[in-house]
Amino acid sequence: MTNLAIEASALTRTFGAFTAVDHISFDVTAGEVFGFLGANGAGKTTAIRMLIGLLHPSSGSARVAGYDVVRQTEQVKRSIGYMSQRFSLYEDLTPRENIRLYGGIYGLTRQQIRERTARMLDRLGFSGVGDTPVSSLPLGWRQKLAFSVALVHQPRIVFLDEPTSGVDPITRRQFWELIYEAASNGTTVLVTTHYMDEAEYCDRVSIMVAGRIAAMGTPAALKGGAGVESIDELFVRLARPGGAGEASGASGASEGSRTRGAGLVGPADGEQQ
Amino acid sequence: MTSLRGLLRKEFFHIRRDKRTAAVLIALPVVQVMLFGYAIRTDVDHVRLAVVDPAPDADTISLRNRFTGSGVFRTIAVVPRIADLDPLFQSGAAQQAIVFDGRFGEDLHRGVSPKLLVITDATEPNTGSLLQSYAQAVVNQWAATGAGGLSGAGGASGGAKSISIVPQVRTRFNPTRESKNLFVPGLMAFVLTIISSLMTAISLTREKETGTMEALLVSPLRPWEIIVGKVTPYLVIGFVSVVAVLVEALLLFRVPLRGNVLLLLFEGALYILVSLSLGILISARTSSQRVAMMFALLGTMLPNILLSGFIFPLESMPTALQVVSYAVPGRWFVTIARGIMLKGIGLEYVWRETLFLAAMAAVLLAASVRSFKERLE
Repeated sequence: MTNLAIEASALTRTFGAFTAVDHISFDVTAGEVFGFLGANGAGKTTAIRMLIGLLHPSSGSARVAGYDVVRQTEQVKRSIGYMSQRFSLYEDLTPRENIRLYGGIYGLTRQQIRERTARMLDRLGFSGVGDTPVSSLPLGWRQKLAFSVALVHQPRIVFLDEPTSGVDPITRRQFWELIYEAASNGTTVLVTTHYMDEAEYCDRVSIMVAGRIAAMGTPAALKGGAGVESIDELFVRLARPGGAGEASGASGASEGSRTRGAGLVGPADGEQQ
Repeated sequence: MTSLRGLLRKEFFHIRRDKRTAAVLIALPVVQVMLFGYAIRTDVDHVRLAVVDPAPDADTISLRNRFTGSGVFRTIAVVPRIADLDPLFQSGAAQQAIVFDGRFGEDLHRGVSPKLLVITDATEPNTGSLLQSYAQAVVNQWAATGAGGLSGAGGASGGAKSISIVPQVRTRFNPTRESKNLFVPGLMAFVLTIISSLMTAISLTREKETGTMEALLVSPLRPWEIIVGKVTPYLVIGFVSVVAVLVEALLLFRVPLRGNVLLLLFEGALYILVSLSLGILISARTSSQRVAMMFALLGTMLPNILLSGFIFPLESMPTALQVVSYAVPGRWFVTIARGIMLKGIGLEYVWRETLFLAAMAAVLLAASVRSFKERLE
C-alpha cells in the first residue's frame, strides 16, 4: 500500500514503569489531514517523536513514507518536516537567514533557496520583514513562518506538534488555511492539538487518552456514533476517569478547564519525558 | 557538506548578533593579560614604609636612604615613637616599618650589635614574607658595603657585619619579573577553558532550551555534523585568542618565548579539543544554560585554575590532590607551555604530557559524540 503515508502498529513507549504510549495502531493516507487529539500528557508528543525518529519505540513498529522509523531513520528524516511544540526558528536570525539555513540543511541548491524564500515571504506577506530578526516579530507571525520553514524542502509528510497553542483565534484560522494549502499540494499533515474545535478541520482524528487511542474516525462519524454535538463533548466523555455518560454534568465549565480537569496524568507540559 | 556549511555560517551569525558575548570573547584574553600582567603580580613594588627614628644621625639616614634608593620602598612617614605606628598599620597607610633603636649609631661605632626592628603587615602572608625578605636584604647589603665607610669609624666594620637582623634570605630576594613569566601559560589555559568549555556548553544548551536542537536532530544532519557545526566557531575563536594572548604577552610584557611557536600552538589546539569535548559532555547532561554554566565553572574552570599549577604550585599540595590533578587537562597544558616558553624545551621533553593530553582529547571526543547520539534514544 504505497499511498499510506504513516502506518503505526502496536507502537509502544515506556519510561520506566510509566507507559506513555500504549500499543497504538493507525494508518494515515497520503494527502490526508490527520488530527491527533488529547489532553496534555496523553502521549501525543511521545507518539510523534517515535514517528520522526527522535525516540525509539519500546515495542511495535511504524513506517513513515514507506520507511521503517527504527531502521531507516535517514530516509524518514529526508521525507518529513517537523514543527515542534516549542518554537524551532533561530530568533536572532532573520526570516531570510532561517529559510536559508534550513534550506541548506535539507540540501537545497542556492537557486532553489532563493526562489522559495521569495515565494514564501510573498505568500506570508513578510516581504517587508524578511531582514528583521525573528525575535521582533509577533508570535503568530513566527508560528506561520516556522510552519513554512518546516515545508521548505517540500516534504511528503509534515508533523505539527501543537502548532497553534498560545496563538490568537484569527492567527489560528490563518494557520489552518496554510495547513489546507499544504494538504491540497499533496502533503500529508499530522497535527496534534488540544483545541477540540480544530478537530472539525481535520479529515480524520484520533483521540488519545492515557496513551491509548480511545476513538478514531472522521469528525462526523465520531459525533454520530457517540450521539454528541461536538468533538469537545465526545472528548470530555472519553477522557473522564469515570467513563462514558457522566460528562453532561461538566458541560457548564469552560473549554480550557474541562480539558484540564479531565484528570489526566502528568504535569502541564510534562509529556515529553 | 553544503548543509554543514550553512550550520557553520549560522553559528558565526549567532556570535556576531549577540554583540555582548562577542565583545566578551574578544576582550577577554586582552583584558586578562593586562590584569595578570599589571595587577595580579606576586612581586612587591611601591612598598609603603614607615620609619621610627628617635635619634637621627648619619648612620640611620644612610640606611633610610638605602631603603628608598632601592626603588622598591617609599617612605610615607617618619615618626619619633613606636607607638605612633599603630594607626599607620591599622589604616593601611604603612605596609612595613623599620624601627631604629635610640642608640643605633652609638652602638654601631662602639662595635656592639645595633638594634633594628622590622615590622611587616602580614595580612596577606605571601606578600608579608616577601616584604620581610626584601627589607632584610636591603639591611644586609647596607651592613656589608656602606655602613662601615659612612660611619667613618675605624673599628666599625666588625660591628656593621653583626647588625642584628639574621641574614639568611638572599635566595628569596628575587628581583621581580618571575611571576610575569609564569602566568602566561596558565592564562592561556584559563582563557581557552572559558571559550571552549563554557561557550560550547552554553551555545549547545541554548539550542536545547529554545527547541532548535530538536529541529536539527530531526533534520538529515548527522550527529557529528551538528557537533562540528556548533563547535568549530569556538575552536577558531579559541585559537585566535591563544595567539592574541601570546602576542600581547611578548610585546607588552616581554615574556620570553624560547621554544618552538608551532609546537606551542599545536599543544594549544590539543587543549582546545579537550575543553570543547568537556563542553559538549556538559551540555549533554544538562538542559538549561544556567545549569550548564554552573557545571562549566565548577567542573572545568576551578580545577583548571586551582589544580593546574597556574597559581598554586602542585609540588606543595598533599599527595591526594596531586593525584587528582592528573585528571585536570590544564595541568598538562600549563606544564608543557611553561617548558616550551621558559625553558625552551621541545617535544623530546614534553612528549609524555602531550600524550596525556592527546589521550584525553581522544577519549573525551568519543564520549561527547556518543552522548550526543544517546539523546536520540
